[in-house]
Amino acid sequence: MGHFVPHTDAEIAEMLAFVGLSSLDELFEAVPAALRLAGGLDLAPGLSEPDVAVEMERLADANVAVGRDLVCFAGGGAYDHEIPSVVRRVAYRSEYVTAYTPYQPEVSQGVLQTLFEYQTLIARLTGLPIANASLYDGATACVEAVNLAVAATGNQRVLVSRGVNPQWREVVRTYAVGTGHEIEEIALEDGLTAWSSVSGSAGAVLVQYPNYLGCLEDLAEARRVADATGALLLVAFDPVAAGLVRSPGSYGADVVVGEGQPFGTPLGFGGPYLGLFACKQEHVRRLPGRLVGETVDTEGRRAYVTTLRTREQDIRREKASSNVCTNQTLIAVCCTIQLAWLGTAGLREMALRCARATRYTREAVLAIDGVGPLASAPVLREFAISLPNGMSGETVVERMADEGFLAGIPLGAEYGGGLLIAATERRTRTEIDAYAAALEKVVR
Amino acid sequence: MTDPTTGVKTVSGGRASSAPLMGRDEEPTLFELSVTGRTAASFRTSGLPEWSAEELVPADHLQTEPTPVAEISERDLVAHFTRLTHRQYSVDLGAYPLGSCTMKYNPKLCDEAASLAGLANIHPAAPPSLTQGWLELLVELEDILCSITGMKAATLQPPAGAAGELTGLLLMRAWHAAQGRQRTKVIIPDSAHGTNPASVTLGGYQTVTVPSDERGLVDVAALRERLDDDVAGIMLTNPNTLGLFEEDIVEIAGAVHEVGGLLYYDGANLNAILGITRPGDMGFDIVHMNLHKTFAVPHGGGGPGAGPVAVSPRLAEYLPGPMPIRHDDGTYGWMTPARSIGRVHGWHGNGLALARAYSYILANGGDGLKRVAEAAVLNATWLRHRLRGTYDIPYDRPNMHEFVAAATNLKKAKGIKALDVAKRLLEEGFHAPTVYFPLIVDEALMIEPTETESPQTLVALAEALERIAADTGESAKAAPRTSPVGRVDEARAARQLIPTFDARPVTSTGDEAADTMESPAARF
Repeated sequence: MGHFVPHTDAEIAEMLAFVGLSSLDELFEAVPAALRLAGGLDLAPGLSEPDVAVEMERLADANVAVGRDLVCFAGGGAYDHEIPSVVRRVAYRSEYVTAYTPYQPEVSQGVLQTLFEYQTLIARLTGLPIANASLYDGATACVEAVNLAVAATGNQRVLVSRGVNPQWREVVRTYAVGTGHEIEEIALEDGLTAWSSVSGSAGAVLVQYPNYLGCLEDLAEARRVADATGALLLVAFDPVAAGLVRSPGSYGADVVVGEGQPFGTPLGFGGPYLGLFACKQEHVRRLPGRLVGETVDTEGRRAYVTTLRTREQDIRREKASSNVCTNQTLIAVCCTIQLAWLGTAGLREMALRCARATRYTREAVLAIDGVGPLASAPVLREFAISLPNGMSGETVVERMADEGFLAGIPLGAEYGGGLLIAATERRTRTEIDAYAAALEKVVR
Repeated sequence: MTDPTTGVKTVSGGRASSAPLMGRDEEPTLFELSVTGRTAASFRTSGLPEWSAEELVPADHLQTEPTPVAEISERDLVAHFTRLTHRQYSVDLGAYPLGSCTMKYNPKLCDEAASLAGLANIHPAAPPSLTQGWLELLVELEDILCSITGMKAATLQPPAGAAGELTGLLLMRAWHAAQGRQRTKVIIPDSAHGTNPASVTLGGYQTVTVPSDERGLVDVAALRERLDDDVAGIMLTNPNTLGLFEEDIVEIAGAVHEVGGLLYYDGANLNAILGITRPGDMGFDIVHMNLHKTFAVPHGGGGPGAGPVAVSPRLAEYLPGPMPIRHDDGTYGWMTPARSIGRVHGWHGNGLALARAYSYILANGGDGLKRVAEAAVLNATWLRHRLRGTYDIPYDRPNMHEFVAAATNLKKAKGIKALDVAKRLLEEGFHAPTVYFPLIVDEALMIEPTETESPQTLVALAEALERIAADTGESAKAAPRTSPVGRVDEARAARQLIPTFDARPVTSTGDEAADTMESPAARF
């Protein structure tokens, strides 16, 4: 027990004597006797390091892993991308991993400068001038975007496209109970947001690009609808798409959020991921979370520091723009290193390869009897299919696992069922051919 | 100090003042290191048709110019980020007595556990048949966290402490709504963390502040004055941010419950009471834990953390879903509670952070966790006794895992403020304590040594703090002089906001002029 407590018994005795006590128990005299846990915790005794490793490996082996056991065709906000060796080797250096929030900038320039570079990269990808130092994940970044928009417009009516990831929409609804926002959904028509159905005034319009079904939404139309309703335009974008398509900022998005997992973060059963958040200059005073800025030190040298701190909870308390304190800095570091490794040409190449793999997979899958496209709108790196004979996506996923594939994500009733399929730059022609052959067998 | 067994002089293992640095130049940004056309990327051989971007993307969506990233060789990239890490303090370098943050040593076995392929390479949408190991881990962790806190059920979804707070307030709201009542106020002590009131607002409540009394504890009489049938609940940190145990907690719980309110436990300071007492036994209804504090998930420069929330039986059916469950046949699956408030995370929470915490708990066990609390409280108590007389101790009574000192007299005598003490301590090879918090203490220095620092390190830290107190005011103001940069101009950062490299003012210097010359010698 207590592997990580260095004190010897002799030292404990000396320290107790120094503070005038005779036992460790006496340290807790402020805790009323009735509240003291007589027998200690009802937990197993501590294990040695090798024994812990055995138990953790047992749990790990009880999972069917992507790469080791399955070829992954599932996406939906969590993608099987290549993670280059430099990401783990460099981002997982002790200094990044075991630092706290950079409250003492003089000894935190490493994290601060990395975050400054991260903010620069996210600003470039989103096409907006301001990006924060990270939020928890794509879903909670949507919540913060909605809160910013409502605060900026004073209008609590929030219009959310049904093309937004259904889990992200659920998170937005959960938090709206506290803030009192009215969340209304906009239906899809052939895979794209039915903008013509929107009327009245609103504080926020939230759309995903490309959307949950993989389709490329019309952001120019989204901007027009936002303007007509008096709303801010919030775009949840896929940062990989930024290698090929115009940025949401170029369409006039007020806030761009996204899930940063594709750059350097393993699937990890859903976390920790990375909430991307960028906005126009005019919203900077309402920006949630931390922001790093460049400044100088006493000798005029370039230095970085967290800034516009008066927005934040530890200073503004109940009037803060957000309650975020701990964020996802280490994941932002991974993202920064991976983007730097990719470079300008590499980001485009990665996006292009995803699009090629998706096109090839889509053509192969749609050639299967009874399988159809769920939407005809153009897609980029993910697509949705309908299945024959009312077969459920869940059944296909279970059966395909026996064939060595994670086939995709079953789509819910609001989409009419079916399967969401993603193919990243990791997928080869051989894998995709085998996938299509297995799927044909499974749906027959 | 000396080795109590041999009498030989011993030295601190947690003082970082020997850390070498190569120089004090600025580190260029990625963007300044870029050379057009340079790249480090490589891709898998796919054998797929090489369709062009124009063939794949509709013309009105296709970008006309590539998104500029950075263009750098792998070697330069690794050197750049490695140099940046040399400009960064961390727990692995030395002691980090940052009050309220529990900067304990992060065992490496937890890193190994979190990087196992069978945990890291699992898609969160994979069905239970493919994720039995993960589900078992999550169910076990929930059980353990309930056991540690004395609660009935838990959600692992909240990705951080503040997210846990908001989840807890939404649970509070759902519970009151189910009782058919609309309440508007949540009570918070004046010593509370800033996230508490910020979360209260987002939970749709108004903050009512209750003052601390002369003991540094919740003023129970003042609390009673504020309690009425419009109070949804109270948020308390126990031990509080002064490091003091709220001795009247049973009376407080009774009073709050009497008006139909709920008690929320902010678990920021849970490290102090592991195996000693439990929030559930004190009368709390909702508890959030900061796994990145108490259970050694490394802070990662500010995150990721994990902020699970555990609740008493009457709140269990409101927890976020889906929740991992153990079926009667011993297999695992998902279940959404009957009156769930809904998801609070895109997936299942910060999974790999949860795996780290689980491995830490396994390594410590019930006995080890109790020893954690004992050593944490012993260290803080020893340091408070040692620093008496050198610093003000505004609430000089038995503390738990941390205590608050103050530079009030130093400021009066020599003009040395808490901020100066913090900056001087950096020169001494230690991270600074939390300063100017809690807000109710003037010139506060909130010190939390944690249990993983040895007595030798405590002595070295105390000696450093004593040297600082003996300093001249001028010397303290000049600190830090040994770090990569000196004190930074925070006011300027806010006044002339430069949040990205692209927002930097374009200035022309002699160097840049030389760079534009066509002579190869000037360019390379």
